[in-house]
Amino acid sequence: MSEAPDPTREATVDEALALKLTRHEFERAVDALGRPPNVTELAVLSVLWSEHCAYKSSKVYLGGLPTSGPRVLYGPGENAGVVDLGDGWAAVLKIESHNHPSFIEPYQGAATGVGGILRDIFTMGARPVALLNALHMGDASRAATANTLRGVVAGIAGYGNAVGVATVGGELSFDPAFDTNPLVNVLAVGVVRHDKLVLGRARGPGNRLIYLGARTGRDGIHGATMASDSFDARQRAARPTVQVGDPFTAKCLIEACLEIFDAGLAVGAQDMGAAGLSSSTVELASRARTGVTLWLDAVPRRALGMSAQEMLLSESQERMLLVARPEDEAAIGAIAARWELAFAVVGEVTDTQEFVVTHTASFEPRDGATRPEAPAVVCALPVSLLTDAAPTYWRPCDAHARREDLWGVDIEALAFEPQTDLVALIGSPELGSRQALWRQFDARVRNGTVVMPGAADAAVLRVFCEDRGARYEKRLALSADSNARVGALDPRLGAALAVAEACRNVACVGARPIAITNCLNYASPIRPAAMTQLRDGIAGLAEACAALGVPVVSGNVSLSNETTLAQGLRAVLPTATVGALGQHRQPSDLVAMGFRTPGDAVFLLGPNDDPRLGGSAWLTRKLGRLGGEPPGLDLAREAALHRVLLAAAERGLLRSAHDVASGGLLVCLAEACIAEGVGLTARLPGSPSAPGLCFGEAPSRAVVSVAPAVEGLVRALADAEGVPMTRLGVAGGARLVVEGLVDLDLDALAAAHHRCLDALFEPPGAPDNRPETSNNQ
Amino acid sequence: MRAVVIQFPGSNADFDARDALGRVLGVHTATVFHRETTLPAGTDLVVLPGGFSYGDALRPGAIARTAPVMAAVRRHAERGAFVLGICNGFQILTESKMLPGALTRNAHQRFESRDVSVRVDADGPFTAGLRGRTLRLPVAHAEGRFVADPETLARLDGEGLVALRYVAAEGPLAYNPNGAMRDIAGLYGGPRRNVLGLMPHPERRAEAALGGTDGALLFHAVSRVVASAGRV
Amino acid sequence: MLGRVLVTLKREVLDPQGDAVARGLAALDLSGVRGVRVGKVIEVSLDPGLDRDAALALLNAAADGFLANPVLETWSVELVDEAASP
Repeated sequence: MSEAPDPTREATVDEALALKLTRHEFERAVDALGRPPNVTELAVLSVLWSEHCAYKSSKVYLGGLPTSGPRVLYGPGENAGVVDLGDGWAAVLKIESHNHPSFIEPYQGAATGVGGILRDIFTMGARPVALLNALHMGDASRAATANTLRGVVAGIAGYGNAVGVATVGGELSFDPAFDTNPLVNVLAVGVVRHDKLVLGRARGPGNRLIYLGARTGRDGIHGATMASDSFDARQRAARPTVQVGDPFTAKCLIEACLEIFDAGLAVGAQDMGAAGLSSSTVELASRARTGVTLWLDAVPRRALGMSAQEMLLSESQERMLLVARPEDEAAIGAIAARWELAFAVVGEVTDTQEFVVTHTASFEPRDGATRPEAPAVVCALPVSLLTDAAPTYWRPCDAHARREDLWGVDIEALAFEPQTDLVALIGSPELGSRQALWRQFDARVRNGTVVMPGAADAAVLRVFCEDRGARYEKRLALSADSNARVGALDPRLGAALAVAEACRNVACVGARPIAITNCLNYASPIRPAAMTQLRDGIAGLAEACAALGVPVVSGNVSLSNETTLAQGLRAVLPTATVGALGQHRQPSDLVAMGFRTPGDAVFLLGPNDDPRLGGSAWLTRKLGRLGGEPPGLDLAREAALHRVLLAAAERGLLRSAHDVASGGLLVCLAEACIAEGVGLTARLPGSPSAPGLCFGEAPSRAVVSVAPAVEGLVRALADAEGVPMTRLGVAGGARLVVEGLVDLDLDALAAAHHRCLDALFEPPGAPDNRPETSNNQ
Repeated sequence: MRAVVIQFPGSNADFDARDALGRVLGVHTATVFHRETTLPAGTDLVVLPGGFSYGDALRPGAIARTAPVMAAVRRHAERGAFVLGICNGFQILTESKMLPGALTRNAHQRFESRDVSVRVDADGPFTAGLRGRTLRLPVAHAEGRFVADPETLARLDGEGLVALRYVAAEGPLAYNPNGAMRDIAGLYGGPRRNVLGLMPHPERRAEAALGGTDGALLFHAVSRVVASAGRV
Repeated sequence: MLGRVLVTLKREVLDPQGDAVARGLAALDLSGVRGVRVGKVIEVSLDPGLDRDAALALLNAAADGFLANPVLETWSVELVDEAASP
């Protein structure tokens, strides 16, 4: 970035272009202002009008998402979505991406991704209780992928474990399309009592803006612009100062903020994330329809000689902005001191609807000098220009984004070896056990994790909520899912399938889906093909959420996930990551995924009549590339399946439930056997020799086990909803036997399953954890 | 029994300790901030909780040792009253020299979060009546590999101060999760074995809803000793 | 011959560990400390047959992107007489 000796010098169009604004956007700003912006104002405009902050390519479509419902207290537009849990409590939910930073510096990129999403949760007054992550990595056989994955996982662990929020689940997938642009999406959920909710609004002219947390350095300046920009893989090192996550300060900041909110000392709060102080102050004013004046001379700093622009745009981590009545300043200051956090009154709320910034270029607060009395005004912009008037575009699109050219595949010509294929799939990095990751995450901190990662289709949390002396136990279920491979063949279907799967996972554990959060990871919106993927993905999301009756309460859009390489452009698979939040009616509704009791009858709930293999793990493996016609999604059938699963779970009729997803029916059965070490003897209906029925990934299906005595009750529920219920076999024994297809020892199957990520996490020659001296008496 | 849980900046399992002691076991439990210089009158048990005090800077526990409250904790231990250091609390105890040895980076260099089996190998107030019993407890740490010089190791075994040892369990994972010398998972110290440091988290396994009650056994044991012996 | 690579965080990069260590020093009443930055020292035993320039080149090659992460860190290298080091 350019050092500006005079922060009020008139900006030029060339400077605007350098900051990734278009000529037209610059002219639009000049017209609205009636004058050219100065260089400081231009810098602020460039970040607030970036794709990251303004959603300028996606906004016109995001309006189509269903966002309301009887339980939605606050939907998109706030820092995170808020859903009612009953008894005066609410859940706060959001997912966000940190894709580009995680490629540049995997550990810090992922760590600051966790920090960022947590701030979105506790800025609303909620105690964060769980984290999930959705990771899409490059080709699993490449050393570079292993390096990135290890760094990302260590970063998530390093931050999440230390900050004391349980990491309870997520997903991991591999495809060469992510070689130079991995996806790191992090979801967080918190809980808050309704009357303690804090909104990101600068209400009440005369109220103070209070800065709390870490000091401001020159970290990640223009990160928001970077996040909106595709990048050149060779320029990995030539980037602005990488933000370093500090979970220790974050933990202190969480405790301090929740103490402040609990005492009712803040009338509003906004975390400083992308574009730092400028974005957070503008958002506060915009939501409250007020103005703000920001006194940069008061901002606590870590570096010397920081310019106004640098302070406005710094993305230093672990910082919060509170809005408080002047009489509460001292009480907030005392809490900040107790937690040893930087604290300063950095501005005030006005009624001008203007964003005004004052600054004294020569002033260094670290010298202990008193603040200058007459700082210069370096920025004075209407708040609405930065927010409501930010440009939005109907970008050029194609008719549709389906890749029908890839659909035609001669399945008959491919070798179909059910047993060999099953062992290969269950032990593949794509489908194998995620224990190697989960062992690095503290899933238990705060004693709220009821089901350990991998033991059920969704993570299940227990939260004790108190209100007026009464204590209520709330059970939450969470799942994060995507279907990038089908998304690549049909973006609309891929996004809809992600919603269906996330909600199905929540229903499989016996919880009712109540809210969706989504993270849309697409390539450059400037290219019509990629823009069409985004448009169609949002459409798929909208129709699935509407059909399943689950509102979208928050979300994030990450565009330009593509890289220019010597051999051409590489774009990520269009990936809509969907986080579903469910709630159990009562603790006993919980259902895990593994067969438990020998003698239980095992059934497939849902149809088994769609053999299309497009985008499946099996076909991708056989072809060595993406292809095939993807299976269809009938949302009415999907919703009916969820109703049957929930009705059965809530009547205590299910011993286990596991959805048929990645890998198809045989993989589903193998997973249900491995989970608790209880085998199965089964026979598949129809023509089981068709690979599509063994390994196809058609949705709207789940495998359940039930005690023989209650089979009729479950069947009555399925019949009432018109959901086919097909007997597969009987649980028990130490083998997985599927007549004519598979006969495998569970231990061998489990060993393959558990070793699947070893090559990525344990490079040859790495030290084992053998004791130095074994003296085990 | 009256328990206090010390809260350092960066502690995070202080909540878990309060939850297990207070909500699950019904023990009167208070939080004491690291800046206090005294413990509440009548304190029987001090818990140094898990977490990342001061962000694990330098070495885990190295900075917490300098906290004002630690002088009071040391006096409490020196007069024979009970101190339980869990995970980061164990690290603080070794850094404070209230227990010997050191807890170092896991041999495999990663954070390790999972269940382990530990055998009770010593009698003492936290393990009264449990000797020989194998407990299933969760661990969650990156720096839990106990190391000490040969003389210290010999003394610990000779005096029967090794309270808990990792022992073989079913499953594909190494039974010793961090490479600790002599499989040491927990140590007794103090003038009358009144100080216990351990890497596993008993406070996270104190009720059936969280997968078992083995962890509650340690709290029950010390609570019985307090009840029968009266306050120190 | 012993090579020593001194890896430090770039000046402008936040060092939470250094900040926490500084607080610990203050708690020990060691006054006069204005700030702390924590880095690491990596000692590399070198083939005695290497000449000085080759040894330095090797250390720099090892530091560049492997021992040090150029996104966050800088480094310096030195050669020390093994007899003089502990």
